[in-house]
Amino acid sequence: MKTIPLLRPRAPTDDHPLVKITLTAIAIGFIALFLFMPLLTVFSEALAKGWIMARDALIEPDALAAIRLTLITAAIAVPLNMVFGLAASWAIAKFDFRGKNFLITLIDIPFSVSPVVSGLVFVLIFGLQGWLGQWLRDNDIKIVFALPGIVLATIFVTFPFVARELIPLMIDQGKDEEEAAVSLGASGWSTFFRVTLPNIKWALLYGVLLCNARAMGEFGAVSVVSGHIRGLTNTMPLHVEVLYNDYQYVGAFAVASVLALLALVTLVLKSVLEWRFADEIAAGHRH
Amino acid sequence: MSLVIDSVAKKFDRFPALKGVSLTAPKGCFMALLGPSGSGKTTLLRILGGLAFADVGHIAFDDLDWLALPARERRAGFVFQQYALFRHMTVAGNIAFGLNVRPRKTRPTRAEIGRRVEELLVLVQLDGLGKRYPSQLSGGQRQRVALARALAIEPRMLLLDEPFGALDAKVRKDLRHWLRSLHERLGLTTVFVTHDQEEALELADLVAIMNQGQIEQIASPAELRASPATPFVADFLGQGTGGPGIVPIRTSSKPQPATRNEAAHAVR
Repeated sequence: MKTIPLLRPRAPTDDHPLVKITLTAIAIGFIALFLFMPLLTVFSEALAKGWIMARDALIEPDALAAIRLTLITAAIAVPLNMVFGLAASWAIAKFDFRGKNFLITLIDIPFSVSPVVSGLVFVLIFGLQGWLGQWLRDNDIKIVFALPGIVLATIFVTFPFVARELIPLMIDQGKDEEEAAVSLGASGWSTFFRVTLPNIKWALLYGVLLCNARAMGEFGAVSVVSGHIRGLTNTMPLHVEVLYNDYQYVGAFAVASVLALLALVTLVLKSVLEWRFADEIAAGHRH
Repeated sequence: MSLVIDSVAKKFDRFPALKGVSLTAPKGCFMALLGPSGSGKTTLLRILGGLAFADVGHIAFDDLDWLALPARERRAGFVFQQYALFRHMTVAGNIAFGLNVRPRKTRPTRAEIGRRVEELLVLVQLDGLGKRYPSQLSGGQRQRVALARALAIEPRMLLLDEPFGALDAKVRKDLRHWLRSLHERLGLTTVFVTHDQEEALELADLVAIMNQGQIEQIASPAELRASPATPFVADFLGQGTGGPGIVPIRTSSKPQPATRNEAAHAVR
């Protein structure tokens, strides 16, 4: 029989069991209260009057138009921000130039400025009373209260995501491997595709997923430039608000659950990839 | 047919890293650039490898205008202090890299590359480890992968930046002898940077002692010991006479631009 010593020596970094339990309980309680409860509410409200009602709210033309608009916006904004994020972090991490810190600060602006303000900026520039308003009208170009404005606002709000994810990693990885590649005869192009990109692909993927989640969910900036034209310039978040204000709770929560589902799918996708490629991800960190 | 460096100078911002360095080394020689941190030795090595650019000066090697060749066309096998292995590639992938990136016309066939990798693995005594990732290797093994990778491109010269800097004393000694014997076999012109005078004197045919961006003396180890040209050389070499096995105290270094690389490595 094994004997269990009464006083098992604790590792110096090991806290008292009570402390551990308390901390864990706080964490779980917090997550339950602020993450799971709202999420559950969204789905339960959507299905409150039954499955059919929720489905009808989703296949109604305005809802479909909102879903389509959201997907189109994300499909334009996310790839553009991916290219921008890659270019910016590449420049910042691998080269020394004047104004580098200033550029890093600039990238953060959309995070620190209220989305409503960012939306207003676009109205001020492209709106009828704005700087370019008259010229745009003369040339019959619609930006504000149309798709281009929504896309612009979305790009502005989501552009730090990819860069923010990549910059610390790329700075940490340094430029040794790129130098090695060049000294072995690789061109700039093949250095990027064979060395740089494989080293950052996971961070890039996270950045893109986060960027996409935010692009589909953005409310403030888009709300200012959209003009809230039903079936035309309402994205999903805006459509949710319109329905909610009309006391159409089932419809509002049904569309909201689709948004929430998209976010959940994103999360699951990320976890699956992490689990599937755990070895490779571990090897990506500095050995 | 030799390596001729003619008054090469380089400034970082306003800090002079190299103040007009000239030297001549015969082809096939094993040369050490020895000096304290901030003496410009790494900068000189990086200029030779095409990873840094000289402000003025001229370098000729093998009848080539060396500085006019871009880094990727120099075929200078560079072994980095921290090896800089491609972490997402296997050992075999690392070694094959220089062959895989060649333009289609000059690229060997897949089978040929595979054969070449096997040969190199045997040469650096790592046969059987081709499928491992760098993170699964010891420091000494990584060092040898880095060397094999540099040798794969059939380099015109071999450049080693503190090749034993990150290894423990025992491995360092073994690898040192092995590297010397490898040099005897291959006969490649080799330049290596070190701050360890014992290492330089034991290994090299020719030692260039550098201080503050200038060469104090360049001579064979025997000559250096017998007649140090300047008080600095005498003093610097004098440090190592404390008996075998005593590792010299590394000169303290503010991270000056010339040694930015070393400083960056030190904090990792």
